[in-house]
Amino acid sequence: MSKRQVKVYPRFERLWHWSQLVLIVTLAVTGFGLNGMYGLVPFRAAVMLHTIAALVLLAVWIFATFWLLTTGTWRHFMPRIEGMLAVARFYAFGVFKGEAHPYHKIYWRKHNPLQAATYFVLKWFIFPAIWGTGLLYLTYNFWEPLPNSGFWLPIIANLHVLAAYVVVTFVIIHVYLLTVGHGFRHHVAPMVTGFDEIELTPEQEAYLDQNEPWRLKG
Amino acid sequence: MRFMFRPIAVALLFGIGLAGGGLAETQAPATPTPPSAPISPANTTTADHSKFDILQQTFKSGPEVTAACLTCHTEADDQMMHSIHFQWKYESSAGQTLGKSVVINSFCGNVAGNEARCTSCHAGYGWDDMSSPPPQQSTAVDCLACHDRSGQYTKSATGAGHPPLDPVKPGTQTITGALAWAVDLSKAAQSVGQTGRDNCGNCHFYGGGGNNVKHGDLSSALYTPEISVDVHMSPDGQNFPCSTCHVSDQHQWAGSRYDVTAADHPDLASGAPRDSASCESCHSEAPHPNMIAGLKLNDHVNVVACQTCHIPEFARGGVPTKTLWDWSTAGRLDEDGKPIAVSDWISPTTGGHRHTYMSQKGDFDWGENVAPYYAWFDGQVEYTLPTDTIDPTKVVEINRIKGDATDGKSRIWPFKRMEGRQAYDVGFSKLAYSHVWGPTTDTALWTNFDWPKAIEAGMKAAGAEYSGEFGFVDTHMYWPITHMVAPAKDAMDCAECHAEEGRLAGLAGVYMPGTHSTSLVGILGRLIVFAALLGVIGHGLIRLIAGKKGGSHE
Repeated sequence: MSKRQVKVYPRFERLWHWSQLVLIVTLAVTGFGLNGMYGLVPFRAAVMLHTIAALVLLAVWIFATFWLLTTGTWRHFMPRIEGMLAVARFYAFGVFKGEAHPYHKIYWRKHNPLQAATYFVLKWFIFPAIWGTGLLYLTYNFWEPLPNSGFWLPIIANLHVLAAYVVVTFVIIHVYLLTVGHGFRHHVAPMVTGFDEIELTPEQEAYLDQNEPWRLKG
Repeated sequence: MRFMFRPIAVALLFGIGLAGGGLAETQAPATPTPPSAPISPANTTTADHSKFDILQQTFKSGPEVTAACLTCHTEADDQMMHSIHFQWKYESSAGQTLGKSVVINSFCGNVAGNEARCTSCHAGYGWDDMSSPPPQQSTAVDCLACHDRSGQYTKSATGAGHPPLDPVKPGTQTITGALAWAVDLSKAAQSVGQTGRDNCGNCHFYGGGGNNVKHGDLSSALYTPEISVDVHMSPDGQNFPCSTCHVSDQHQWAGSRYDVTAADHPDLASGAPRDSASCESCHSEAPHPNMIAGLKLNDHVNVVACQTCHIPEFARGGVPTKTLWDWSTAGRLDEDGKPIAVSDWISPTTGGHRHTYMSQKGDFDWGENVAPYYAWFDGQVEYTLPTDTIDPTKVVEINRIKGDATDGKSRIWPFKRMEGRQAYDVGFSKLAYSHVWGPTTDTALWTNFDWPKAIEAGMKAAGAEYSGEFGFVDTHMYWPITHMVAPAKDAMDCAECHAEEGRLAGLAGVYMPGTHSTSLVGILGRLIVFAALLGVIGHGLIRLIAGKKGGSHE
C-alpha cells in the first residue's frame, strides 16, 4: 500500500459539483423568497431565475446520471452498513478526543459509509422529491382540470418547500463536516484540483501507472 | 389631440356640482357657452344628415327631433324602448327584477319620488312618474343624447330628460353639473352620427350626482385620458370610443354590470362574435408572451380577471370617487338655520376640494387612485331589494357578489366597495325610500332637511308600506371595476398579492406562493434547519473546547 495523489474527481465531476452549488444556492435564495420568507428578489425575477435554474439543474442531473451509469462511478454512491457505526461513533465521540478518522479513502470508494448513505438518501429521495414536486408545481395548469387538483396543489407545494429545507440542512452539515479532520481547505481542494491522497494497493498503482497515468501525480 | 377640450374644462369647473337642491359649488361664468363639436369615431357613414330636408327646420322640442328621425329610422323607437337605457329595468338570471327604476342604491337612493332629477339622464323625454312605465309614445325616445355630434346637445339636470332650450331659466344646470346653455336642436339634429364617448360619458361619468361619484372607473378623465389612465381610450393609445367594447345590435348594448362576463367563453376564439365584449375577445386567453414569466402569467387567467392586475387602482387621472356616504348625518343646520357645506377633502393630485359634509346629504369620504376590493365573481350580483327583509344589526350588502373559488366559472375581480349608511324602515326591517329632490314640495330632504317627512314621502311615492319608524343601517355596495386599464408596464407587481398580507389575503380557495411562509410546513422546515445549525455549532464548540481537531489519519 502506498499513498498517492490520485485524480478522484475528473473535470466533469468537479464541474457537476460546482454547478450544483451555484444552482442550488440560486434556487434556495429565489425559492425561499417566492415562499415569502423575505423580499430580497423581486417576485417576477425570482420566478424566472428559479425556473431557469431548476431546468438547468435538471439537465445537469440528467447528464450526471448518464455519466455515473456509463462510467461505473455510481458504485461510489451505493450505501452499505459495514463501517457505518464506526464512522458515526467517531463523529459522536472520537472526534472530540482527537482520534483518527476510522475510514480510509480507497480508490474505488471515495465516500465513507455515512457519506454514502447520506448521498443515497439525497439522490434517491430528497432530490427526486424536490424536482418531482417542483415539476408538478411548475406545470400545475396542465393538470389543473383533473379532479381535486386544488386539494393536491398545496400538498405538492408544501412537500417542495419541506424538501428545500432538508436540502438546506444537508448543505449546512456538508459544509460543517469539511472543517473536521484535515480542515476546510484540505477538504475542498480535491474538488478544485481533482487530486486527493488515496491509499493504493500495488496492483491498483500498477494498473493506473500503466493505463491511466494522468490520474497519478508525482 | 385636444378634442373635447370644452367638456373637460366644463367638467373640471363643475365636476363636483351635484345639480338639484341648489348645489352650484363654483362661481359659474355669466354666459355659459356650449362645448364645441367633439371629434367623432371613425366615420363610415354614407349619409350627411345636414343635407336631409326633414332636418332643415327649427325644432321646438326634443320629441320633435325624434319624430323627424323616425321618418327614416322606422324601427329605432321600438328598439330603443326595449333597451335597458329606456326601460331602466333588467331581469337578472337569478330571477330578480333590477334596474334603476327598481333598486335602491347607496348613493341618491331611489328614483321614485325624485323623478325629474333622476330621469334627467333617462334616454327619453318626460318620464316623471316611476309608478308608471316610461312614456310609450314613439317620440319619447331621445335620439340626440346618444347621437348628437355637435357637442352642444345636453339635458337639463332637473328636466326629466328634456334639453335646456331658449330661454334657459337662470341657474339651470346640465346633467354634468355645468351651467346650462340653450341647446340648438336643429344644429344637433343635423350633426347626428355614431355614438362618441362624450355621448356615453355625459351621463355615465356623472352617475351618483357628480363626476366619478358612483363607478370609480368612469369619470371625465376618460374624455381625453393620458395613456397612463386608460391605454384603450387615450388618444395616445388606441383612442377607442366606448362602443368598441360595448358592441351594439339594434340599440341593445353589450356589457352591463348587472350581467358581467366574469370569465370569457374558452370555446370562442379571439375576435369571434360575442354577446358582450371582454378583454379576451381581443387579447385571447393567453395574452402574455410565451416566455417563462408570460407562461406563468397566462396560468393566472382562469382564476384572476385581467382587470385585477391591469387596473391596479381606480379613480385615476385626477378625478376622485366617492367612497363613503353617510346619510344619517344629513339635516344638520347652522345657528341661522342655513344648510352647511364643508369641503375638507383635498385631492392628492390636483389639490381640488370635495365635500365632506353637506346638510342635504350627510357625510362623505373620497378616494383617488384607490386600491380595489377583491372577490370571486361569476358575473352575477344579487340585490337587497326594497322588498327584502334586512338584518339591521349587520352591514347590509346592497348587492351581493355571487361566485366562489370552486364553481369553475368565477374569477377574482376588482370592485369599488362603496360604504354607506342609509335609511331603513325599523318596523318592517326593509330599506327605506327617501324623497330627496323636489324644489316645490315641503317634504324633500334637500330643501326641507326633515328626515321623517322625506322618508314618509319617499315610501308613499314608491307605494311601499311604511311602519312610520326609520333608522339608519350601514351598507356596502359593490361596483365591478373594468375601465381605466393601465399600460402593461404599470400592471400590478406580483408581490402586491404574492406576499404575506397581500391584496388577496383572506380570499379563500386558491393556493398562492409567497403568502404563508410560516405555515406548519414552514415552521417544521425552520425547526429542522435550526436543529442542524444548533447541532453543528454544538459539535464545533465541543471540538474547540476539547482542543482537538480530530480526524487526521496520521
